[in-house]
This record gives sequence, structure tokens and C-alpha cells, in this order.
Amino acid sequence: MIAGIDIGSRSMELVLMRDNTVVEQRTLPTTFDPLRQLERLLEGVKPETCVATGYGRELVREAGLPCEVHTVTEIKAHAAGMHYLQPEARTVLDIGGQDTKAISITETGKVRKFEMNDRCAAGTGKFLEYTAGVFQIPVEDFGAYALRGDNPPVINSMCTVFAETEATSLMARGARPEDIALGLHMAIARRTMNMLRRVGLTSPVAFAGGVARNPCMAELLRRDLTREQGELLVPDAPEMTGALGAALLA
Amino acid sequence: MSESAYREMWENLDLDLEAHDGLLEVLGKFYGDIFMSQQGRLSGAEYLDFVLSEVHGLRIKEIQDAKAEGKKIIGTFCVFVPEELTLAANAVQVGLCSGADAGKEQAEQLVPRNTCALIKSFIGFKLAKLCPFTESCDMIVGETTCDGKKKAYEAFGEHVDNLYVMEVPQRKDEADRKLWKSEVLRYKDALEKLTGVEITAERLKEGIRIVNEKRRALQRLNALRAAVPTPISGRDVLLVNQISFYDDPVRFTAKINELCDEIEGRIARKEGVVSEKTPRVMLAGCPMAVPNWKLPWLVESSGAVIVGEESCIGTRNSRDLVDESGQTVEEMLDAIADRYMNIDCACFTPNDERLDNVESMAKELNADGVIQYALMFCQPYTHEAIKVEKRLSGKDIPSLAIETDYSMEDAEQLKTRVEAFLEML
Repeated sequence: MIAGIDIGSRSMELVLMRDNTVVEQRTLPTTFDPLRQLERLLEGVKPETCVATGYGRELVREAGLPCEVHTVTEIKAHAAGMHYLQPEARTVLDIGGQDTKAISITETGKVRKFEMNDRCAAGTGKFLEYTAGVFQIPVEDFGAYALRGDNPPVINSMCTVFAETEATSLMARGARPEDIALGLHMAIARRTMNMLRRVGLTSPVAFAGGVARNPCMAELLRRDLTREQGELLVPDAPEMTGALGAALLA
Repeated sequence: MSESAYREMWENLDLDLEAHDGLLEVLGKFYGDIFMSQQGRLSGAEYLDFVLSEVHGLRIKEIQDAKAEGKKIIGTFCVFVPEELTLAANAVQVGLCSGADAGKEQAEQLVPRNTCALIKSFIGFKLAKLCPFTESCDMIVGETTCDGKKKAYEAFGEHVDNLYVMEVPQRKDEADRKLWKSEVLRYKDALEKLTGVEITAERLKEGIRIVNEKRRALQRLNALRAAVPTPISGRDVLLVNQISFYDDPVRFTAKINELCDEIEGRIARKEGVVSEKTPRVMLAGCPMAVPNWKLPWLVESSGAVIVGEESCIGTRNSRDLVDESGQTVEEMLDAIADRYMNIDCACFTPNDERLDNVESMAKELNADGVIQYALMFCQPYTHEAIKVEKRLSGKDIPSLAIETDYSMEDAEQLKTRVEAFLEML
């Protein structure tokens, strides 16, 4: 049995595969004690080979697991995982807890070119989580809430802290909170489209990572892509893509 | 020489001793982690270890001794300052501290925050009294390469009393060449005035010979790195290039030629510092001054080896020689002016020869890919990164562009990028 393990900043995922078939998937929050969470994630399973990815991949290597551990970057893992889920995809977008990545891939699922944000969490899941807090809405519901907006103000700031300031001052001027929430999502979509363009934006674009579960983000990106004769694909369990890819790369 | 004698020397140079101790401690630890941990190093690397361990010690002592004998010390920040003339004036030329975060808060009071790390560093080293080279100088030579530097010298000049700025033209037409020639002449006059030494044909010929020999040794070293498997790590060659800016040029040349002899033996035995399957990466872009070893260390600890540095602290400094056929001072000054006008610095417009140089270098060194390195806020090199990327992708040479600074806070993100790039090769 092969285990693909993706340790992200926000959550960790496990995909177990046997004979190239997924037999089980699990996910847990990373928390401040990722080693303990990793133990829990692997409770009761005994894979022979573990392939770790994500920013915590070295942690898995050092954890002393009773399996052979390899590591791959989340770029390569997402490319491989998405190629398996959506073989027609030519660009992979992954928006996770603290990273955004745009990956151009070949028809065999190899990385052709990639871009990622560097030291700042602008436009990532963290940004959504932080701004959802301003509205006192759980981040899981923030997308549906934003979709209720119909007159979004233009939010210019992509800095997490400044965007909050901008949202707060818009509220003070009486803008509807749903509209502001939509405006914030649109700011992320603009930034994301720019990153996709930097890797060439070949359609179809497949959306991975936890933020792909946000219906407003998916809707806005779908609209933007359709305008450029493109297509957006979202797999059923977008947050599992990295772990799946890691398992496939064993 | 004992540590206490060094302390007295540093005190005389008015360094901040406590902060300087801290700097040396960090430097020593870094050096241990990044260099001494390498496997299969050449025995000639002992020279590098020794020179680096004595960078603020014995080398400064030598410089003080030279001063006591009446020699003048010229500090520089750029490959445009003609060392041939400096040597002909019986002076010593050294590169000044600019490769670590030092005195950053103080520097940000003199230059805008969105100034590159290298500029902030040389100002910070001065304000925080941490660089014994800067404090030993009789003349510090700045140059008008980028806007960041030329404006920074205005602020820097208020804190040193011996700043001299050369004007580097920004284009390569006949008028620019004329301007540069006049700047070379003006520098010659300034040196003669400072040192009281007349730069004769005989002296200049010797200066040209010494610097050419240094560049030939570096050219020889770089050419040997085309071998598969590569015989020397990129970290060690970066160190060689860094040391070329502050060690005595004649001693340096001899030591590097010895190193090359050893490398030739290694190549003949088909031995490498890494296996032949190791991905070969060439770096291109901004200079990496001592102790800026961050990116080479990230790259080489991610399972690749660096086979070339297309940079001022790299081939931009060693690629071209001064024509040695000149007999008169005038002929030699022309040859010097011509040689320096060949430098493909990103401050020139247009600068298409750099695209050709990057491409041909990557091919000659059998590089599997190119990592472009730019200091954050460095306009000239970040602009050219876009053009270089285009050129390389048109030739099917994979490349990755990185922008960073001297801090380690982005090390993990950079490692992910570098590893993902290596996975593509």
C-alpha cells in the first residue's frame, strides 16, 4: 500500500492507494502540533511507501514513520494528482492555506512552468479566512454569503491587513456587507487570473486546494475564464489533489 | 596573529567591537553549515577556508601593513573600477562589505525602504561600523550604474570623506565610449594625486598583466566546470569569485591555478564533486557579495549542482581581458576603456549582448537549466529577467526567476520553488 501525505499550513491530507486505486482518503487540521496530527492521520494504516508533499514534507521524513519516505514538491504533486483526476486539464490552479500556485502542465501531467506567491499570503485561503472573520462568518460559508452580493465595490488592496481596513471603511460608508464580501472575492479572482496568465493560461484550468470548495471563487474564475473562451474544472475533492499526486508519484 | 592583536586593530579602525563579534560569530556558523559540510571537496579549498576565516583578520592586517608602507587603499562596489590603474598607482583595490543585513534600520533612514539589499548593506555596514575594509580605505569609488546606487552615494558621501564617483555611461555609442574614456583618465589623475605615484607605461603594463592573469585563472576555472560530472561545487566557485575581490591578486592567481591543476587531475580520473546524474544549474543575474550564500546553498542542498555564475561576482568580471599589445600609456588606457565597455551590465540600454552571453554560457557549461537571481527592487535585473526568460524558453532551456533579499524568512518558499524547478529538469 502507498500513502500520499500532503502537509499544508492549514490542513493535512492522506490518500491511500493500492494497485493504482484509491482505497481511502482522510483529512485533519494541521494545528500547532503537526507531528501529533500526523500520527492521528496515519492511525491504523500500515503503508509500505509514504510520499510526502506540502510545506511540511520534511517533517514527515523526520517523523520516523515505519515506512520508506520520499518527498516531492506540491507543484509536482498537484500536477500529477490533477492529471489523474482531470486528464484534459492543461493548467492547474491550487489555492491553499497560505500559497497560491499556477502550474502549466503537459498532456502527460508533467510540469511545464509554474508561478507561486512568495512570502505574503495575499489572495490565499488565509486571506479569505481573515476577511471572513471581519464579517463574523465561518470561512466555509463565506463564498455562499458573497454570492448574495450584486453590487460589489472595487477593492484595490490585496494585502490581507489593508483589505480588512478597506472593507471596514466601506462598511462604515454603508455598503452592503454581501457586496463587500463579493468585492473581496473579486480582488482574489483578479490576482489569480494574472498569475494564471503568467504561466500561459492554457484551458482547461483545473482548480485544486481547499479554496476550490468556495462556490464564489469557483464561479468568479469560471466567469473570467469563459470570457476568454476557457473552461474551469473542479474535482469532487479538490483538497485531496496534492496527497493523491504524491501517492501516484511513488 | 592573536585574536587580541586583531581586537586592537579593529578598535583602531573604530569598529563597534561587540556588534562585530556578533557578525563574525554568525559568519563562522554560516560558513560551517554551508561550506564545511560539503562532501568530496578539493584540497585546494583549504585556501578558500583560510582566506575566508581571516577575512576581517589577517587580510586587514596586511592592508594596515601596506598602508604603513605608504600604499593607498581603494574600496569599490562594482566591476567597473579599473583595477589595472589602481595597481599601476601602487595602491591596493578591495571590494567592500555589502552582502549581509547589517545596520539595516540605520540605512533605511538614508535611502528609501524599497532599495535593494546590497545598497542598504554597504550603507548599513558603514553606519553600524562593521566593515574593516570600508574603514581602511583612503578612497572609496562609487559608480553611476543603477539609480539606486547613484542616489545612495549622495547619502553615503555624507558619512565618508573620501568618496569618488565614476560616471558609467548607459549606452554603448561612440559618445558613450568617449565619456567612459574621459572617466578612466579622470580616475587615473585622481589615483596619481592620491598616491603621488605617476602611472607610467611600465607600471600600467604590469597592472594590466596582473589583472589579466587573475581573469585568466578565473576563466580557466570556469571552463573546467563544463566537465560532467562537475569537479567543483558552485558554492566553492562563488567563494573563489568573492575572494577575487579582496585577496592579493598575485597570490589569488597562483592559488586558483593550483586549484585548477587539482581539478584537471580530477577530470582526468572522471571524478566529480557529485554524480554525473546530478542536475546542472547555472545562475544568472545580480551579484552575490560575501556572505550572501543563500541561493547557492538552497540549490545545492536540494540535489543540484551549480556550474556557472553569470554575474558581476562571476563571469561578468572575468570574461573579457584587456588587450596587452599597447606600448604607450595612451594606447593602454584605450585598451582599458574598451575592455570595460564590453561589460554586459543591466544598467545599459540596449543590452542584448547579455542575452547572447547567458545563452552561450548555459550551452558551454552543459547546464540543464538556468536560475535567474535578482535582488528585490533591482530594476535593471528584474527587467532583464523577463527578456532572458523569453530568450531561454525560445531555445528550450528551462529557467526559473527568483527575487529575494538577504533575509532567511523566505527560505522555505524558495526551497519549494527550486525543488519544483529541479523536478522539471
